[in-house]
Amino acid sequence: MAASIIEVEGVVKRFGSTTALAGVDLTAEPGTVLALLGPNGAGKTTLVRILTTLLKPDRGSARVAGYDVVADATPLRSIIGLAGQYATVDELLTGRENLELVGLWYHLDKREYRSRAQDVLERFALTDAGDRLVKTYSGGMRRRLDIGASLIARPRVLFLDEPTTGLDPRTRNDVWQFIEELVAAGTSVLLTTQYMEEAEHLAHQIVVIDTGAVVAQGTAAELKDRLGGAMLEVRVTNPEDLERAVALLAALAGVRPRTDSDQQSVAVPTAGGTALLMAAGRRFEEERIPLDDLGIRRPSLDDVFLSLTSSRSGGDRGEATQPPRTTASADAR
Amino acid sequence: MSAPGLELANSSPPSGMRPGLAARDIGGVAKRNLLRILRTPRLLLIGALQPALLLVLFRYVLGGAITVPGGSYVDFVVPASFLEAVLIGGLTTSIGVAEDLKSGIIDRFQSLPMARSAVLAGRTVADLCRSLLSLAIMVGLGVLVGFHFRGHAGAIVGGMALIMLFGYAFSWMYAAIGFATKDPETAQIAGILPFFILMFASNAIVPVATMPSWLRGFASNQPLSITIDAVRSLFEGEPAAHYVWQSVAWSAGILVAFFAIALHLYRNSVG
Repeated sequence: MAASIIEVEGVVKRFGSTTALAGVDLTAEPGTVLALLGPNGAGKTTLVRILTTLLKPDRGSARVAGYDVVADATPLRSIIGLAGQYATVDELLTGRENLELVGLWYHLDKREYRSRAQDVLERFALTDAGDRLVKTYSGGMRRRLDIGASLIARPRVLFLDEPTTGLDPRTRNDVWQFIEELVAAGTSVLLTTQYMEEAEHLAHQIVVIDTGAVVAQGTAAELKDRLGGAMLEVRVTNPEDLERAVALLAALAGVRPRTDSDQQSVAVPTAGGTALLMAAGRRFEEERIPLDDLGIRRPSLDDVFLSLTSSRSGGDRGEATQPPRTTASADAR
Repeated sequence: MSAPGLELANSSPPSGMRPGLAARDIGGVAKRNLLRILRTPRLLLIGALQPALLLVLFRYVLGGAITVPGGSYVDFVVPASFLEAVLIGGLTTSIGVAEDLKSGIIDRFQSLPMARSAVLAGRTVADLCRSLLSLAIMVGLGVLVGFHFRGHAGAIVGGMALIMLFGYAFSWMYAAIGFATKDPETAQIAGILPFFILMFASNAIVPVATMPSWLRGFASNQPLSITIDAVRSLFEGEPAAHYVWQSVAWSAGILVAFFAIALHLYRNSVG
């Protein structure tokens, strides 16, 4: 009964000399949201394309709802929905025409797809725009229509590739709410995202992926625990003080601080309490280093993400069992 | 296996595809493509206005200066303009294919349980409808500018069928150009090149007799010229069998060759 809804085993995918996926394993449980979190080019979209039968893996295997993505591709397609990173709706059709055609291609009968198209328009607040051409829609409306089209056959498993990238906060919240409602109704969802906040908000399980490999997985809380406790963070006013701030904090805390030169900030782990904070405040005062900010920060999923997916950071804390990576090619495709 | 308490898709989807469903899938793709053509002014201009303007230009502006042996220029140029209209309409196929590849909508199609053949088959059904429509417009215009059908009904219908077959064969070439270029603007430019070569190095607008000998050989034996000869003879009520078979053979060859190329490019482009 507790069979996984998505099972991925050792999936490898290469494009020419580029390895997009270097042996990915993951599982997702029915009725949950699994977030695939990673920077651009990490391989998220490639994995979604494999799970939705658009690409064949070079090695390894994957099953969705018990169907092998290669051998059972045809039956699998009728129980999944896919909404893409780029809203793949037809600009020259109306919203309703888009939905009805997708319903036809899912082999619903005419009465069925007509009424479901109407349902989707209502649910996604597109009723007034339903008979307008999609090219007149805003970005948020297109995205809602795209997600709506992927739901027309009431899929058991829904794949959302960066569903909120480029959306304004209000529309993003709407999309989040739709996803929560779907999951409450029993749909299993795999979504990719670059936003930690999104993963934290929606996902039961987070899989962090970087340069084609899984570098960590767990719940948001489990991932945060890996970073240990709170961090003491200072932001210097003048960039030239950054070196001195690093030295000062290193001496105080006894560990090498993490530096973010873009933000002009330096951080060290703290056991909690305010002793280190007070001491740091005094020392910066004595050294006359002007600060923009000094405080204790609980680790966010952003910290987890950065420590897991960038090779230069103080990797001794993120004890992810990751294979050695050659470069931190976060921007490489 | 299935999660409890919810209305979900059939948990045991059909493993095979019934022919009726495939036909429905193809019909859906055809409808979509026709709607797209009708809603794109640029494609409508290419498909309908451009051939009409060219016919008027040749008939009234240049026609007076061109003499054709043993007949009037209007009877000479109008059948050619039918083929020109069907051929140039194929450009919309190149552009449409390239737009689909660029927009990512092919991904959505591929993730749906629709018949694998529906994307291409639906497109060619739409192409046939489009050709039929532009042919109807051009026949009306042709009669308006003074063209007379002299052959019997069977020959006229046969000539129309020949035009449709020729246009259908070339729509596969245009589809291949769309898959190869993957960009609507490039596809339009790349697609117009074979059109110009076939159209102007042919017997469509002027008799080949005045062309230099190196060009004359190509111009009188290339598939468009042969098909124009066949269609002219059929519409004039003259013996046409020789040209008709040659034209059918050309169209069949072009169809088979570019069907294979387009299918290959399509499979490559969808991974």
